[in-house]
Amino acid sequence: MSRRFKAVDILLIILTLLPLAAGIVLKIVMMPAGEGIEIAGAHIFFTIGMPLQDLPITESQVNSWLVIISVFWLCLYITHGLKTKAVTRRQHIAEWIIEKTESLVKDNMGEYFSGFAPFIAAVMALSGFSSLLTLIGLYPPTSDMNVVGGWALLVFILITYYKFKCGPLHYLKSFTEPVVFLTPLNVISEVATPVSMAFRHYGNILSGSVISVLVAAALQGLSSMLLGNLPGILGEIPFLQIGLPAVLSIYFDIFSGLLQAFIFAMLTMLYVSGAFPADDYKKRHKNKNGGKIKCLNSQ
Amino acid sequence: MLELAIGIILGCCALGAGCAMIAGIGPGIGEGNAVAKACEAIGRQPESKSEVTTTMLMGCAVAETTGLYALVIAILLIFLAPGRFVDILMNAVR
Repeated sequence: MSRRFKAVDILLIILTLLPLAAGIVLKIVMMPAGEGIEIAGAHIFFTIGMPLQDLPITESQVNSWLVIISVFWLCLYITHGLKTKAVTRRQHIAEWIIEKTESLVKDNMGEYFSGFAPFIAAVMALSGFSSLLTLIGLYPPTSDMNVVGGWALLVFILITYYKFKCGPLHYLKSFTEPVVFLTPLNVISEVATPVSMAFRHYGNILSGSVISVLVAAALQGLSSMLLGNLPGILGEIPFLQIGLPAVLSIYFDIFSGLLQAFIFAMLTMLYVSGAFPADDYKKRHKNKNGGKIKCLNSQ
Repeated sequence: MLELAIGIILGCCALGAGCAMIAGIGPGIGEGNAVAKACEAIGRQPESKSEVTTTMLMGCAVAETTGLYALVIAILLIFLAPGRFVDILMNAVR
């Protein structure tokens, strides 16, 4: 059991941290320092001309790619050099993550969907690390409607794919349940699923950052009003900003961000497994294959 | 006259945002009920604390949705709508 770091470990850790450092450098270079309160959307770095519509490369796109690269190297770091006898701490962590995700997916989605574990883990990691980017002062991609909307669209495509498993007729018929005249409401609720998923995630993160900025600005104003008469440089330091923003940050940045990541993954699991008509699928395949069903044991 | 029109636009946007956030009452009451019931359940069966907590957080997040719709509308009204409406007004004046 060697506790020493090897060269590979150090290289992978550096590669993990490099995208984050690149993000900070990019922010310092590209963004002018703002004065006072500043609540703005994602900064547009540059625009690429496209035939139908220009493609703006925004801060949220760049940051989410940085998160993806960083998480990729982090995964390589915790999984390289695996052994059959668990000897290193990072292998324990990797096994714990795998086991937890697989049991979570199996508990919530059933045996048929057990292949979903990597997807769910990826969604959770991307969402959680994106929200945690606020801790190092970068713009979190999850507080951009477009990023989260894209994820919700992906989930919507998955839901529709699993609803189509019993054929298009069955899919269309599922809108007329329980009674025919509820069809418009069913269509609305079908569309409302991705919209509410996107709004939930984006609204939580954005409201957290807006409230943090407002509280920090208010404390700065209060501090300059009360303590502005102190002599010299003492009067310019906003002493009241010490403390309260940190407590708010624990709730809004860490707790709320991670909770939203968990909830997004959880809702993905519930919607996708709920969309799959297990009983009808079983019946249909019994007729087709003469009673043989593969891997549909405990739906 | 133009100043008055712009003032009305800004004021009404702020007023609308405030009115939209009345929807915060609903999720507040709902989540309060959910947490109260979860506390009762934990009191009755302390061994199922972790499951109850997970389910409660899930339910709270889903119940929060209507409040977040209102929040998104309020944010749009404060940060986006004034610029949009003033642009429309300027184009109409020209």
